[in-house]
Amino acid sequence: MYKIIHKEQLHEIIYSMWIEAPEVAQSVEPGQFIILMIKEQGERIPLTVADFNREKGLIRIVFQIVGKTSEELSTLKEGDRLFSFIGPLGKKTEIENYGKVITVGGGTGIACIHPITRALKEAGNEVISIIGARNKTLIIMEEEIKKASSKLIVTTDDGSYGRKGFVTQVLKELLDKDQSIKKVWVIGPAIMMKVACETTKPYPVETIVSLNSIMVDGTGMCGSCRITIGGETKLVCTDGPEFDGQLVDWTEFMNRLSRYKDSEKRSWDLYQEPIHSCICGEGAK
Amino acid sequence: MAEMIPPKERMQREQVLMPEQKPQERSHNFQEVPLGYTKKQAIYEAQRCLQCKNPKCVPGCPAEINIPQFIKKIVEEDFAGAYRDILKTDSLPAITGRVCPQEEQCQQVCILEKQGKPIAIGRLERFVADWARKNNIHGDLPQVRKKEQRVAVVGSGPAGLTCAADLAKLGYQVTIFEALHQTGGVLVYGIPEFRLPKSIVEYEVKEIEKLGVKVVTDFVVGTTKSVDQLNQEFDAIFLANGAGAPRFMNIPGENLNDVYSANEFLTRSNLMKAYLFPEYDTPIKIGKRAATIGAGNVAMDSARTALRLGAEKSYIVYRRSRKEVPARAEEVHHAEEEGIIFHFLTLPIQVLGDNKGNVVGMECLRMELGEPDDSGRRRPIPIPGSNFLIEVDMVIDAIGTKANPIVARSATGVKINHWGYFMIDDITKMTTKEGIFAGGDIVRGSATVISAVGDGKVAARAINDYLVLSKSMEKRF
Repeated sequence: MYKIIHKEQLHEIIYSMWIEAPEVAQSVEPGQFIILMIKEQGERIPLTVADFNREKGLIRIVFQIVGKTSEELSTLKEGDRLFSFIGPLGKKTEIENYGKVITVGGGTGIACIHPITRALKEAGNEVISIIGARNKTLIIMEEEIKKASSKLIVTTDDGSYGRKGFVTQVLKELLDKDQSIKKVWVIGPAIMMKVACETTKPYPVETIVSLNSIMVDGTGMCGSCRITIGGETKLVCTDGPEFDGQLVDWTEFMNRLSRYKDSEKRSWDLYQEPIHSCICGEGAK
Repeated sequence: MAEMIPPKERMQREQVLMPEQKPQERSHNFQEVPLGYTKKQAIYEAQRCLQCKNPKCVPGCPAEINIPQFIKKIVEEDFAGAYRDILKTDSLPAITGRVCPQEEQCQQVCILEKQGKPIAIGRLERFVADWARKNNIHGDLPQVRKKEQRVAVVGSGPAGLTCAADLAKLGYQVTIFEALHQTGGVLVYGIPEFRLPKSIVEYEVKEIEKLGVKVVTDFVVGTTKSVDQLNQEFDAIFLANGAGAPRFMNIPGENLNDVYSANEFLTRSNLMKAYLFPEYDTPIKIGKRAATIGAGNVAMDSARTALRLGAEKSYIVYRRSRKEVPARAEEVHHAEEEGIIFHFLTLPIQVLGDNKGNVVGMECLRMELGEPDDSGRRRPIPIPGSNFLIEVDMVIDAIGTKANPIVARSATGVKINHWGYFMIDDITKMTTKEGIFAGGDIVRGSATVISAVGDGKVAARAINDYLVLSKSMEKRF
């Protein structure tokens, strides 16, 4: 179980993997996430499902190297097995025929909006997707998103590909131009989701965000992922991961994402430090 | 073989104390605190047992252990026999021998309790189980014909493990579904290594697997598969998923970075082994001054864990007085020995943070005790204007748990009560849906390991009754 069937490097620091997990693939729905562990000594990390294949029993994950665990995960090869792979977790996206909707993805959030976009289109929506990154090389899964949506707009901060600027600028233009847009999904870095919510606030659209909190069990047991939503404490793992973005306490959310910043850095530094264990004596110094 | 001693001498002899790690040493390590009896100590203690004709201790044991019988075998130095006697009804002897509140159960009703020196039944049970493990002595495999009927057990905590073992002994095909990557439930994520070494849990789970019980980890009943789906595949289901959701006080500042639920704090340390960071990858906050709110066993575990991780000061903050502390006396005693500081009659009303979300202090009110409340304990009442600050940099909420809704959400027709716990019939132990049973904390609310073990046993019998009956109905129609 949990064998890596296919691995692809999408960018210098972004990887895609298809994992064998038949039971998860059988029941997963767009918007849900999984938790994996590389090894017994590893930590449990949540990743939103980027795609799934029920027939073949596979789940696709896309991740960026941001610390020790993601870097170690990137070193695994096809045929290697993960120690643990649990899911699907969290509530599924509320897919309905809303009419016209927008899905926005930034960074690896592009991967997360993929199954949501596809399901929205299949449900009969006209889906405009906006994906963005710092530069051209960081734009991932463009073909898949293009196929999954009715229309795709790509932005890069530096203008090296697509439109120059941020996804939020395009989002604002679309909302200005078209009053019939009913709902917006935004998934990406916390700061991007926050700015997107500020952008959509004056418009009569609901903005759904998917929060990537720090978790341990991911099943509602520990409360590590809790967050204030509209003045009430909610658990991202069982009440989310999707919430009305206008109700999210973004300051609290971003503070809580940095809970283990120092430990994470220490862990990553130790991992990257070359182990010197030959007999030349250098290691002892 | 040691000799039985005359009754008079039995009455005179004092209880044998169990050696322990010294407080100043153990407060800096995660090794077990009590070290266990030696063979000689166990025999010496066992000799004190009066071997009552109508032993009160046996009905006092939810695991239904024939206590005088196994104690007699200790005296006879037949430790393997003693182990097999215990295993007949208790599949988790090294665990229950450690974490049972014997002083409220078997030992409370021991005739010698009247003299203040009941037989140390828990310590003897622990001795026997540890001896068997070290000497590679195993229980007998069930000598019954395998039955075709399949039972799903949801959750691998003490209730689930016990029920699964008892059903396997009756010949049923049992599969346990565990949401985490490791088996044991609260025994592995909740109770710290220094009270219950994880290798022991692992060992006793393996022994249960030898009975033919299949364990599936990484399987979240409720999302990986629903209870409804399992109901199609199995002849009966036992829901024992625990009351694993954290409870918070709902005071300002509770979502600051360094405020933990006891569940999170203990899960990081116990299950994920954050106390071995960076050798293990899961991080945990090492507070300088840690405040644990609450005074139950979980609060003691949390405060003592914080101390072992390196906190300079570890406080217990409790709104009632010492008299009302719900934790086992032994745990409170251990905590005090280790230097845990107790703030009684203190109610936190706000956690204070800096602009980065770090905890810098906690505002509290002093309390006084009024008239008894529903629980029979004197109600704590805040003293107006008594506000004061405790300087802390981390807070652990250990004020209890509540029902986790994800299993119930996926179980059509299984009714829950106002608090989210499964409702079961007093006699059949069945939920409101035929063939689905429940027990442990998801029925009782937060209780003890041994009450969960007891529920597991009762449920196994109820499930057997149900399956025997449904099988005979099948034949008739």
